[in-house]
Amino acid sequence: MSVRFCGLELAHELINGSGTFDAIAARRAFGEELETGFPFAAYVSKTITLAPREGNPPPRLWEAPAGLVNSIGLPNKGLDAYLEQDLPALAALTRAAGLRAEESDDGRVPHMVPLITNVMGSTAEEFSRLVEACDVREEIAAVELNVSCPNVKTGLDIGADPRMLGEVVRDVRERTGKPLIVKLTPNTADVAACAQAAEQGGADAVSLINSLRATALAPLGTARPHRPWLGGGTGGLSGPAVRTVALAQVAAVAEQVAIPVVGMGGVQSAAHARDLLDVGATLVAIGTESFRDPRAGARIAGELRTNAAG
Amino acid sequence: MSDQGSPGAPARSAAGLQHPADGERTSAPFGRRLLTVAGIDELGAYRVLRVADPDGPVPEPGQFAMIAAAERWGGGQDERPYLPRAFSYVRHSAGESHFLLEDVGPGSRRLCELRAGDGLWALGPLGQGFAPPRGEGRRSILVGGGVGIAPLAILGDTLTTPASVLLGFRDAPHARGASLLGGAELATDDGSVGHHGPVTNLLAGELRRDSHAAVYACGPPRMLEAVRAMCAAHGTPAQLALEAAMACGFGACFGCVVPRRGGGYLRVCLDGPVVDAAELEHVHDHAGEQR
Repeated sequence: MSVRFCGLELAHELINGSGTFDAIAARRAFGEELETGFPFAAYVSKTITLAPREGNPPPRLWEAPAGLVNSIGLPNKGLDAYLEQDLPALAALTRAAGLRAEESDDGRVPHMVPLITNVMGSTAEEFSRLVEACDVREEIAAVELNVSCPNVKTGLDIGADPRMLGEVVRDVRERTGKPLIVKLTPNTADVAACAQAAEQGGADAVSLINSLRATALAPLGTARPHRPWLGGGTGGLSGPAVRTVALAQVAAVAEQVAIPVVGMGGVQSAAHARDLLDVGATLVAIGTESFRDPRAGARIAGELRTNAAG
Repeated sequence: MSDQGSPGAPARSAAGLQHPADGERTSAPFGRRLLTVAGIDELGAYRVLRVADPDGPVPEPGQFAMIAAAERWGGGQDERPYLPRAFSYVRHSAGESHFLLEDVGPGSRRLCELRAGDGLWALGPLGQGFAPPRGEGRRSILVGGGVGIAPLAILGDTLTTPASVLLGFRDAPHARGASLLGGAELATDDGSVGHHGPVTNLLAGELRRDSHAAVYACGPPRMLEAVRAMCAAHGTPAQLALEAAMACGFGACFGCVVPRRGGGYLRVCLDGPVVDAAELEHVHDHAGEQR
């Protein structure tokens, strides 16, 4: 019951959304059980940038109706420290997870857990440097581009403008033979046009949706009422609140491109995952639901298997 | 504890309040578990939620769990709650975990409504708890404010030498929470019980008499900041159990950060909730948390 995705063989359809599961932190919190029950068929890193980033000042979270607005600001150690410290640790962890799955043989074919590194640049040159650095690392099975970053000249998100997105993807495509996934932004007029631009630029897959731009004001009784609550000013909405938006965008994209689609947005159960698969997704990513239950990916994968068998 | 032992991480305090290495911290079973509420007891302005957890690991003092009602979690004020809520273990004994609740928002309100037999999702124990004293002849002083007394109860159970316990509350109904710890000296904001004023006045007196002590504190940010500043001035080591709004509780969301002395941020859920006061420049008040 394995799934083919960009030349990779995955144990099931469930992976994580970038930036929603820190496997190194989870190993500290849960110990070896994380490896024996690793919840994802592939692991996507949080976004890596060229320079280290501390992230946005707190507060970074706002609980919304059936959802969460976050303004984290992509904290990461920067490319060099990621490659030197985190990548070997993640590779060891995902390799162990694959081997453990083999040990706990339940009739399934053993699968490694491929490692996908997510990168973000603010220019084509930055993207190129990031992707070239990933290309030479055998631990990395695929690269995902986070294109939800403002262009320094226009202020528009690179991924929101099909022409600009196509140029970046074309440029990056020449730098790596590894599968290239473009994480589309939902904050655009025509997400299907952006997906087509990514495909024409040479992307092997697209993933969506990223969080929807959102904000919240501080309530009465706090120190700065009516002012933006989040330290970063605005943030992104995720969780069940965005599920129907995600379904519409994934459907629109899957109709327009031939490359595989990774669908995500508010998935909490096998039924939600099934919906995304039914409208054309090849894989489904779990994001905010992992915050409520870190084992959600494995739970939903199991439910899908059971439903298919039944 | 710094992520991956990155360089520049501050050493643990001079007083040697050394946390156990990560491999030794009590880790949570992977995945939330469906537990059953054993009962809920009124305690003045608070409730003590007792949850049957005969198979769960025994938490260390200062560790916490992310909990949510199994039914009707959502649909309260502002169509919340959605995320589970972080609560320190008050006690864990006879196969029950105890949590101290105060109705301050849609999450804690729903938890206060739970009755024996109801289901509860729990993920834990999580985080870095209090480090045990290392026998340098320092006496222990426990300082708690409001619902923040919770982790001091389980800590007090494990201390082998007598400790001074100083607890501050808003008023008499809240001060009834003090019965969770034995022999506490009390302060209230309205003067209805014990000293009239902040609990840190009591701490100031203790430290003036004898600063060769180790302080363990949990409470609102302003109290913790006063404790931090006072202990720093006396050269008294202090461990502070921080509170922060969290989405996940296990380092995934990066939402619960506080600034670290010397730059960067600590994740309260992973590097804390108990931190050495020396790791912080200030205990920041995020203008009140979303409840």
